[in-house]
Amino acid sequence: MRKTISVLVENHFGVLTHVAGLFSARGFNIDSLAVGETEDPTISRMTIVAEGDEKTLEQVKKQLNRLIDIIKVIDLTGEDFVDRELVLVKVKIGNKNRSEILQISDTFQAKIDDVKKEMVVIEVTGDQNKIKSFIEIMKPFGITEIVRTGRIAMGRK
Amino acid sequence: MKLTGAKIFVESLKKQGIEVMFGYPGGVVLPIFDALYDSDIKFILTRHEQGAAHAADGYARATGKVGVCLATSGPGATNLLTGLATANMDSVPVVAFTGQVKTTLIGNDAFQEVDVIGLTRPISKHNYLVKDVKNLATVIKNAFHIASTGRPGVVVVDLPVDIQIQETDFHYPEKADIRGYKPTCKGHIGQIKKAVKLIAGSKKPVLYIGGGVIISGASEKLREFVEKTEIPVTMTLMGLGAFPGTHELSLGMLGMHGTAYANHAIQDSDLVIAVGARFDDRVTGKIDEFAPHAKIIHIDIDPCAISKNVKVDIPIVGDANCIMADMLKYVKRPEIAKWHKQIASWKKKFPLTYKKDSKLRPQYVVEEIYNLTKGKAIVTTEVGQNQMWAAQFYRCDVPRQFISSGGLGTMGYGLPAAIGAQIGCPKKTVFDIAGDGSIQMNIQELTTAVSNKLPVKVAILNNGCLGMVRQWQELFYKKRYSHTCLECSPDFVKLAEAYGAVGIRITKKQDVKKAIKHALKIEGPVLMDFKVEPEENVFPMVPAGQPINKMIGVLA
Ligand SMILES: Cc1ncc(C[n+]2csc(CCOP(=O)(O)OP(=O)(O)O)c2C)c(N)n1
Repeated sequence: MRKTISVLVENHFGVLTHVAGLFSARGFNIDSLAVGETEDPTISRMTIVAEGDEKTLEQVKKQLNRLIDIIKVIDLTGEDFVDRELVLVKVKIGNKNRSEILQISDTFQAKIDDVKKEMVVIEVTGDQNKIKSFIEIMKPFGITEIVRTGRIAMGRK
Repeated sequence: MKLTGAKIFVESLKKQGIEVMFGYPGGVVLPIFDALYDSDIKFILTRHEQGAAHAADGYARATGKVGVCLATSGPGATNLLTGLATANMDSVPVVAFTGQVKTTLIGNDAFQEVDVIGLTRPISKHNYLVKDVKNLATVIKNAFHIASTGRPGVVVVDLPVDIQIQETDFHYPEKADIRGYKPTCKGHIGQIKKAVKLIAGSKKPVLYIGGGVIISGASEKLREFVEKTEIPVTMTLMGLGAFPGTHELSLGMLGMHGTAYANHAIQDSDLVIAVGARFDDRVTGKIDEFAPHAKIIHIDIDPCAISKNVKVDIPIVGDANCIMADMLKYVKRPEIAKWHKQIASWKKKFPLTYKKDSKLRPQYVVEEIYNLTKGKAIVTTEVGQNQMWAAQFYRCDVPRQFISSGGLGTMGYGLPAAIGAQIGCPKKTVFDIAGDGSIQMNIQELTTAVSNKLPVKVAILNNGCLGMVRQWQELFYKKRYSHTCLECSPDFVKLAEAYGAVGIRITKKQDVKKAIKHALKIEGPVLMDFKVEPEENVFPMVPAGQPINKMIGVLA
């Protein structure tokens, strides 16, 4: 199953390797990882999305808690939370499909960042589903590059 | 007043009450060694950094204090690694200091630079690279706090040479305050009450005791608990001594080379009460068939240990000593007279024994060491058959008496650990029970023993081979002894003498007692070379992947 875990950590070097090492030592792939400072500059928040069976993920959560530099581990899976990701998509563009691409982008409230003769960079923000369907729709036009920030999430409570 | 980083290091250790450290010098730790020159901290110069780490570990296990070791950067640090991994696997409190190249050179592949933080991450509880001398005192305070509390372990502090030279004001913090680290101590009272209820109703309960009981100092409470409930006790390799091995309710060790009666008791039991143990595969054998009829109560300070390997019915997270104290308040004696009868009949039917003939058998050597030290020596072990025979036949009665590398199984551990233990407990007799393979892995530490006049005794159970591996080849690889015969070993007696120790060779059974008595009278280190039966095996044995009551080699 897929888990979204939000982790508050000390904002200093080395913490990221500790966390990443924990996942890799157990053969886990991190689907996405986003790190940034919180309202308290001495604390960073990591949002980790990982895939694995329930038992192993439970173990990883406990192991995370055990790390000295980790202040709090919040499992958002199953909770009420907002999640967002920002994605930059580079799509091939020509005279025939230009308006179609721009129109789709508009429906997704995506921003056109840079239009060249044969390329367009589109910036889209949203939750998992929105990002997924946007990419699906753009695929037939020819995506040449995708850059994603990784998912960030916040509990609604 | 402003002090240099090196002075702050020494002053902090003093404030921390550190009396002794083990280590080896080098270029980037020169400022620290210079500061140590004027200090009262006893410095034990080992002959290899691995020896320093094991000695610090042995010191910690024997005394319950934190062990401290120090090495230079690069090869000094990498030489420590095996020792640190060994200590961390067995939850031993050790703080290791390593020198590091100048902060400005870190990451440049400078001379003798290695990424200590990266290398030690998976084998330590925590590590620090000190990048500002102002943080040094706090880092040291935190390091000792983390190493010695909760589930203890190794903390590494990497000290760049420029930090050792820079000056700042020295304040040693009164208390460590780490927001991400608040180990639980008291167990949940609701869980404790549930456990007590389960115990009262049980018919075939067994206590399964691990090293956590020794670490938390819960042996006394455990004993009271057993005396009150009369529940039989089995121990892991790490738990030996947590409960007296000679007590009539002791079943000895369980698992791969455990006693037949301990393994039968577990497999037949209706309630396993695990305290400070982690259901290691050497203990459980085939995991899905471990204690198939039993409910499981698991007391451990580390939430990660709970339900990691087996499904636990009543987990209680916290310090074993606190929890046992709370349990004692409520616990009632279950009705288990029939169970005692059953266990007594197993004990009678399958005693822990070996062939008692005129041959010089390794088990006999251990038994005589036990008899002649009146069961009171501190016993360290190497790894392999020697370790298992020591565990089986040196029946330890008190905690911190049996010192062995359980989790990592590190050959070469025993001698340096004995040195550390002897330094921590100068009045005790310390015996390293060794194999002819393992002893050669850190034999250089004989010099450390000689130069510090440490009367450690080493008993090599010399079977001329890497016995434990040979045993597996005999049983599971058609006696194809691939690279396990040590045809060419040094003359251990001459070797001992070359090091300035006393060497004794024993080839006959009838000479064993005399030799041990003689060795015990000698005030310095003694290396005893017992030429034992080469193809003796450790039995009982649970073949890998079998349930623990499917033992081979049980002598009836
Ligand atoms: C550093 C290290 N290398 C290899 C092993 C694998 N190993 C386990 S037991 C053993 C044989 C030990 O031989 P010896 O010290 O002579 O003891 P014996 O089993 O004969 O008593 C070996 C090689 C180990 N545990 N540790």
